[in-house]
Amino acid sequence: MPELSYREAVRDALSQAMRNDEDVFIMGEDIAEMGGSMGVTQGMLEEFGPDRVRNTPISEMAIVGSGIGAAIQGMRPVVEVMYEDFLTISMEQIVNQAAKHRYMSGGQLKVPLTIRTQGGAGWSPGAQHAQQVEAWFVGVPGLKVVFASTPSDVRGLLWSAIYDDNPVIFFEHRTLYGLKEELAEEIEPIPIGQARVHRQGEDVTVVATGRLVHEALAAAEEAGQQGVSVEVVDPRTLQPLDEDAIVASVKKTNRCVVAHEAVTRMGFGAEVAAVVQHQAFDWLDAPVERVGAKFTPLPFAPVMEEYVVPHATDVLEAIQKTVQRDGSS
Amino acid sequence: MATEPTTTPQTLTSELALQMYEQMRRIRSFEERVNDLYRSAKMPGLAHLYIGEEAVAVGVCSALHRDDYITSTHRGHGHCLAKGASIERMFCELLGKEAGYCHGKGGSMHIADHEHGNLGANAIVGGSTGIATGAAFSAKSRRTGQVAVCFFGEGALGQGVLYEVMNMASLWQLPVIYVCEQNFYNEYTHYSETTAGEVAARPAAFGIPEEEVDGQDVRAVFDAACRAVERARSGGGPAFLTCATYRFHGHHVGDIDRGYYRSKDEEEQWRRRDPVEILAAWLVDRGIADRSKLERVDENLAAEIAAAADAALEAPYPDPREVNEHVYA
Repeated sequence: MPELSYREAVRDALSQAMRNDEDVFIMGEDIAEMGGSMGVTQGMLEEFGPDRVRNTPISEMAIVGSGIGAAIQGMRPVVEVMYEDFLTISMEQIVNQAAKHRYMSGGQLKVPLTIRTQGGAGWSPGAQHAQQVEAWFVGVPGLKVVFASTPSDVRGLLWSAIYDDNPVIFFEHRTLYGLKEELAEEIEPIPIGQARVHRQGEDVTVVATGRLVHEALAAAEEAGQQGVSVEVVDPRTLQPLDEDAIVASVKKTNRCVVAHEAVTRMGFGAEVAAVVQHQAFDWLDAPVERVGAKFTPLPFAPVMEEYVVPHATDVLEAIQKTVQRDGSS
Repeated sequence: MATEPTTTPQTLTSELALQMYEQMRRIRSFEERVNDLYRSAKMPGLAHLYIGEEAVAVGVCSALHRDDYITSTHRGHGHCLAKGASIERMFCELLGKEAGYCHGKGGSMHIADHEHGNLGANAIVGGSTGIATGAAFSAKSRRTGQVAVCFFGEGALGQGVLYEVMNMASLWQLPVIYVCEQNFYNEYTHYSETTAGEVAARPAAFGIPEEEVDGQDVRAVFDAACRAVERARSGGGPAFLTCATYRFHGHHVGDIDRGYYRSKDEEEQWRRRDPVEILAAWLVDRGIADRSKLERVDENLAAEIAAAADAALEAPYPDPREVNEHVYA
């Protein structure tokens, strides 16, 4: 089996979908000759030509807006918004247009559009090139939101996003692009809305997304050496959310930590905590702990950036907090 | 997708002129009834009347095929009807009834009629410009021969997305026609307070051919639209039509005291340039119809409108439990 990086896995999903279906095309800023700012689409221009691998103006509203129009006609556009931060520029088109046309039309129209974007701290770009904004989209009815953390997940989920008949915001994490995994040549689609249990455990469930999945796995390893058995669950799809998988895990472990790189306050983890307390209240032996970024814009200085976003040590600390509480009291 | 074997009508036959009269008259009578329904509190939400602007929608849509696309605005009833919508299903939608185009989920500002190529009215000023441009992108990519028309008022000249998509349409030579309904008022403010420079200079900056048309003269609108549509259909790229017109009523039905933003004199002058009357006079002058024939058309339409409105008033509301349908495809 060939070894693919997360970056190559994204490219492989795009390329296989484009070979499979003439109606799939990609467009975005600098994606053709340059291959995109993260190099994800390198080489695709040579294979598919400039009509299907299309450089656009620096116009996020037009990129998303024209993608919606083409999608309503039954094409399956995959548009790239270079950084998550730039989704703000196309917010009107995503929230008022992409998410609502099926509903407003009473089911006459559908919008099979995929919006790929990436973000994440760890390289000191400052406040406008690395924040994690998934929480702004999970609350919009009509949108699906995917955040994959491994090469196999990103490939199988992107395939499903492209062939989903709804608009999907597809988050990739910058620091994961180099992550490698052996993958079969044939893509196995991963259903949207299905969580993945990365590691089985008995004492604490950590629900983590994106980069924090790997931080959680590292923390789980460390906790294991301290005699605490940690289960790590990656929802992979934030909307719809696989509540059953999360709740089942918590009912087994009786403790829960939620971890993401975005700010803790009003974050995606707040919804997970609400689901857990509501559906597994009688099983919980400790309050749900939340791990996320401090409530500040991302600072530039590496020491400050590192201080703001969470790491494995923060996840470990949260795990320890939940187990230190006596469940019988 | 198959293209209809017809060609765009290039000449205004007597038959077509009579059809245009009937269609303009239908919109006028429809809107008069909407006014009544709203004022008698039978219609919820907002109603923005198209009365006075009928020649724009009818002149442009008469130059289109059934499978060509339009996108529309908050003042969209005229566009829907001109593109072929059923008056009864429209009344039903305006009243929030199950049998409406959107099963009551859209309302006056969100009517879509996919069967006739109407991709939806839009309550965000400029919000549909991306969709129309993307539909044109799809038509070009798939070589279907279709064109897309994007209707908007001059208020949309203040929205950045319009310029993003015009740039894109010109770069990619997309078959899209931007139709600016210049009715001189951005809601309650004269456009000269909001719009610097010349309107025509804006499409010109992108290399898009622009034409200024008397929007009260349906024949002039039709001729200009035919030129733009033909050019777009044969690969000549986008066009921009500025149609000077006037809303005889206020911004919305409740906008009664308008003295603070426009004078009664001005309104009176424009009312003397009633598009329905201008065409009627021409038909009579040319001997295509006499007054009694036109009156019969008016009477038949009055009966048609009354029957449709009555049916809509009697029609059942949707089951509120249907709210969850059509959120996702």
